[in-house]
Amino acid sequence: MFNFILVASLFFLTLSILVAIYRVIKGPSTADRVQALDYIGINLIASIAIVSVLLHTHAFLDIILLLGILSFVGTIAFARYIERGVVIERSNK
Amino acid sequence: MQDILKEVLSLSALTSEVIAALLILIGTFFSFLSAIGLIRLPDVYTRSHAASKSSTLGVLCTLVGTFLYFLITDGYFSIRLLLGIFFVFLTAPVAAHMICRAAYRSNVKLAEVSVQDELKTYLTQNSASSDS
Repeated sequence: MFNFILVASLFFLTLSILVAIYRVIKGPSTADRVQALDYIGINLIASIAIVSVLLHTHAFLDIILLLGILSFVGTIAFARYIERGVVIERSNK
Repeated sequence: MQDILKEVLSLSALTSEVIAALLILIGTFFSFLSAIGLIRLPDVYTRSHAASKSSTLGVLCTLVGTFLYFLITDGYFSIRLLLGIFFVFLTAPVAAHMICRAAYRSNVKLAEVSVQDELKTYLTQNSASSDS
Protein backbone atom coordinates (compact mmCIF):
# COMPACT_ATOMS: atom_id res chain seq x y z
CA MET A 1 0.00 0.00 0.00
CA PHE A 2 2.79 2.38 0.97
CA ASN A 3 4.68 1.61 -2.24
CA PHE A 4 1.52 2.09 -4.27
CA ILE A 5 0.96 5.54 -2.75
CA LEU A 6 4.56 6.49 -3.53
CA VAL A 7 4.33 5.31 -7.14
CA ALA A 8 0.99 7.10 -7.60
CA SER A 9 2.54 10.32 -6.24
CA LEU A 10 5.44 9.92 -8.68
CA PHE A 11 2.94 9.47 -11.51
CA PHE A 12 1.10 12.66 -10.66
CA LEU A 13 4.35 14.60 -10.25
CA THR A 14 5.44 13.39 -13.69
CA LEU A 15 2.10 14.52 -15.09
CA SER A 16 2.67 17.97 -13.54
CA ILE A 17 6.12 18.12 -15.15
CA LEU A 18 4.58 17.27 -18.54
CA VAL A 19 2.05 20.09 -18.09
CA ALA A 20 4.91 22.47 -17.28
CA ILE A 21 6.76 21.30 -20.41
CA TYR A 22 3.65 22.21 -22.41
CA ARG A 23 3.81 25.68 -20.85
CA VAL A 24 7.54 25.93 -21.65
CA ILE A 25 6.87 25.19 -25.31
CA LYS A 26 3.72 27.26 -25.73
CA GLY A 27 4.25 30.13 -23.23
CA PRO A 28 3.62 33.47 -24.92
CA SER A 29 6.46 35.35 -23.22
CA THR A 30 9.92 34.43 -21.96
CA ALA A 31 8.83 34.98 -18.36
CA ASP A 32 6.23 32.21 -18.74
CA ARG A 33 8.90 29.81 -19.87
CA VAL A 34 11.26 30.68 -17.03
CA GLN A 35 8.42 30.31 -14.54
CA ALA A 36 7.56 26.87 -15.89
CA LEU A 37 11.24 25.85 -15.74
CA ASP A 38 11.38 26.94 -12.09
CA TYR A 39 8.26 24.87 -11.45
CA ILE A 40 9.88 21.85 -13.14
CA GLY A 41 12.88 22.24 -10.83
CA ILE A 42 10.67 22.30 -7.73
CA ASN A 43 8.77 19.23 -8.92
CA LEU A 44 12.05 17.42 -9.57
CA ILE A 45 13.06 18.07 -5.97
CA ALA A 46 9.82 16.49 -4.73
CA SER A 47 10.24 13.53 -7.12
CA ILE A 48 13.77 12.86 -5.89
CA ALA A 49 12.56 12.89 -2.28
CA ILE A 50 9.86 10.33 -3.14
CA VAL A 51 12.34 8.13 -5.05
CA SER A 52 14.66 8.23 -2.07
CA VAL A 53 11.83 7.03 0.20
CA LEU A 54 10.87 4.37 -2.36
CA LEU A 55 14.40 2.95 -2.59
CA HIS A 56 14.99 3.53 1.14
CA THR A 57 18.39 5.15 0.68
CA HIS A 58 20.03 8.27 2.05
CA ALA A 59 22.18 8.81 -1.02
CA PHE A 60 19.81 11.14 -2.85
CA LEU A 61 19.33 13.62 -0.03
CA ASP A 62 22.38 15.62 -1.13
CA ILE A 63 20.91 15.95 -4.59
CA ILE A 64 17.85 17.72 -3.18
CA LEU A 65 19.95 20.52 -1.69
CA LEU A 66 22.11 20.75 -4.81
CA LEU A 67 19.14 20.90 -7.18
CA GLY A 68 17.44 23.53 -5.04
CA ILE A 69 20.48 25.80 -5.19
CA LEU A 70 21.03 25.26 -8.93
CA SER A 71 17.36 25.91 -9.76
CA PHE A 72 17.35 29.13 -7.74
CA VAL A 73 20.55 30.44 -9.33
CA GLY A 74 19.29 29.59 -12.82
CA THR A 75 15.98 31.35 -12.24
CA ILE A 76 17.67 34.47 -10.89
CA ALA A 77 20.05 34.56 -13.86
CA PHE A 78 17.15 34.23 -16.32
CA ALA A 79 15.16 36.93 -14.54
CA ARG A 80 18.09 39.35 -14.68
CA TYR A 81 18.60 38.52 -18.33
CA ILE A 82 14.95 39.27 -19.15
CA GLU A 83 14.99 42.49 -17.17
CA ARG A 84 18.29 44.05 -18.24
CA GLY A 85 19.62 42.06 -21.18
CA VAL A 86 22.76 41.04 -19.28
CA VAL A 87 23.36 38.53 -16.51
CA ILE A 88 26.44 40.06 -14.89
CA GLU A 89 26.71 43.82 -14.95
CA ARG A 90 30.13 45.38 -15.38
CA SER A 91 30.53 48.87 -14.00
CA ASN A 92 33.18 50.26 -16.38
CA LYS A 93 31.67 53.50 -17.57
CA MET B 1 9.70 -8.89 26.41
CA GLN B 2 11.01 -9.72 22.98
CA ASP B 3 7.50 -9.78 21.57
CA ILE B 4 6.62 -6.43 23.06
CA LEU B 5 9.79 -4.88 21.64
CA LYS B 6 9.06 -6.33 18.21
CA GLU B 7 5.51 -5.04 18.37
CA VAL B 8 6.64 -1.53 19.31
CA LEU B 9 9.16 -1.57 16.46
CA SER B 10 6.58 -2.67 13.88
CA LEU B 11 4.16 -0.08 15.26
CA SER B 12 6.72 2.68 14.83
CA ALA B 13 7.40 1.51 11.27
CA LEU B 14 3.67 1.61 10.59
CA THR B 15 3.37 5.09 12.11
CA SER B 16 6.25 6.39 10.00
CA GLU B 17 4.71 4.91 6.86
CA VAL B 18 1.32 6.45 7.62
CA ILE B 19 2.78 9.89 8.37
CA ALA B 20 5.07 9.85 5.33
CA ALA B 21 2.32 8.61 3.01
CA LEU B 22 -0.09 11.26 4.26
CA LEU B 23 2.38 14.13 3.91
CA ILE B 24 3.56 12.94 0.49
CA LEU B 25 -0.03 12.62 -0.72
CA ILE B 26 -0.86 16.14 0.47
CA GLY B 27 2.28 17.49 -1.21
CA THR B 28 1.54 15.75 -4.48
CA PHE B 29 -2.04 17.04 -4.36
CA PHE B 30 -0.84 20.63 -4.04
CA SER B 31 1.76 20.19 -6.79
CA PHE B 32 -0.88 18.78 -9.11
CA LEU B 33 -3.24 21.65 -8.27
CA SER B 34 -0.55 24.13 -9.20
CA ALA B 35 0.00 22.27 -12.49
CA ILE B 36 -3.71 22.76 -13.24
CA GLY B 37 -3.35 26.42 -12.37
CA LEU B 38 -0.30 26.68 -14.62
CA ILE B 39 -2.31 25.48 -17.59
CA ARG B 40 -5.64 27.22 -16.92
CA LEU B 41 -4.84 30.75 -15.72
CA PRO B 42 -4.73 33.56 -18.27
CA ASP B 43 -1.45 35.50 -17.83
CA VAL B 44 1.99 35.31 -16.27
CA TYR B 45 1.08 37.22 -13.10
CA THR B 46 -1.86 35.02 -12.16
CA ARG B 47 0.09 31.92 -13.15
CA SER B 48 2.81 33.01 -10.77
CA HIS B 49 0.37 32.47 -7.88
CA ALA B 50 -0.15 28.86 -8.91
CA ALA B 51 3.48 28.15 -9.75
CA SER B 52 5.02 29.64 -6.62
CA LYS B 53 2.66 29.41 -3.65
CA SER B 54 0.99 26.04 -3.88
CA SER B 55 3.98 24.26 -5.38
CA THR B 56 6.18 25.57 -2.55
CA LEU B 57 3.69 24.19 -0.04
CA GLY B 58 3.57 20.90 -1.93
CA VAL B 59 7.32 20.41 -2.05
CA LEU B 60 7.61 21.41 1.62
CA CYS B 61 5.03 18.78 2.61
CA THR B 62 6.82 16.13 0.55
CA LEU B 63 10.24 16.96 1.98
CA VAL B 64 8.94 17.04 5.55
CA GLY B 65 7.33 13.64 4.94
CA THR B 66 10.65 12.24 3.70
CA PHE B 67 12.49 13.77 6.65
CA LEU B 68 10.04 12.28 9.19
CA TYR B 69 10.14 8.90 7.44
CA PHE B 70 13.92 8.63 7.74
CA LEU B 71 13.83 10.05 11.28
CA ILE B 72 11.29 7.52 12.57
CA THR B 73 12.36 4.45 10.58
CA ASP B 74 16.14 4.69 10.77
CA GLY B 75 16.63 7.30 13.45
CA TYR B 76 18.59 9.18 10.77
CA PHE B 77 18.55 12.94 11.31
CA SER B 78 19.46 14.29 7.88
CA ILE B 79 20.84 17.79 8.33
CA ARG B 80 21.23 18.12 4.55
CA LEU B 81 17.55 17.46 3.98
CA LEU B 82 16.71 19.99 6.69
CA LEU B 83 18.95 22.53 4.94
CA GLY B 84 17.25 21.70 1.65
CA ILE B 85 13.80 22.32 3.19
CA PHE B 86 14.99 25.62 4.63
CA PHE B 87 16.58 26.68 1.35
CA VAL B 88 13.55 25.83 -0.80
CA PHE B 89 11.27 27.60 1.67
CA LEU B 90 13.48 30.68 1.48
CA THR B 91 14.20 30.86 -2.24
CA ALA B 92 11.06 29.77 -4.09
CA PRO B 93 9.06 32.95 -3.28
CA VAL B 94 12.10 35.11 -4.09
CA ALA B 95 12.47 33.43 -7.49
CA ALA B 96 8.77 33.94 -8.26
CA HIS B 97 9.02 37.60 -7.25
CA MET B 98 12.05 38.11 -9.51
CA ILE B 99 10.28 36.52 -12.47
CA CYS B 100 7.18 38.68 -12.01
CA ARG B 101 9.29 41.81 -11.65
CA ALA B 102 11.23 40.97 -14.82
CA ALA B 103 7.97 40.27 -16.65
CA TYR B 104 6.50 43.64 -15.61
CA ARG B 105 9.69 45.53 -16.48
CA SER B 106 9.84 43.87 -19.90
CA ASN B 107 6.25 45.00 -20.60
CA VAL B 108 4.43 41.69 -20.56
CA LYS B 109 0.74 42.56 -20.89
CA LEU B 110 -1.81 41.77 -18.22
CA ALA B 111 -4.72 39.53 -19.15
CA GLU B 112 -7.74 41.30 -20.62
CA VAL B 113 -9.93 40.32 -17.69
CA SER B 114 -7.68 42.21 -15.24
CA VAL B 115 -9.49 45.10 -13.58
CA GLN B 116 -6.70 47.32 -12.28
CA ASP B 117 -2.95 47.87 -12.39
CA GLU B 118 -1.87 49.71 -9.26
CA LEU B 119 1.85 49.55 -10.03
CA LYS B 120 1.32 51.46 -13.29
CA THR B 121 -0.38 54.42 -11.61
CA TYR B 122 2.30 54.37 -8.90
CA LEU B 123 5.11 54.39 -11.49
CA THR B 124 3.57 57.21 -13.54
CA GLN B 125 3.01 59.31 -10.41
CA ASN B 126 6.57 58.71 -9.29
CA SER B 127 8.11 59.63 -12.63
CA ALA B 128 5.91 62.76 -12.81
CA SER B 129 6.99 63.92 -9.36
CA SER B 130 10.65 63.23 -10.10
CA ASP B 131 10.43 65.21 -13.35
CA SER B 132 9.07 68.36 -11.71
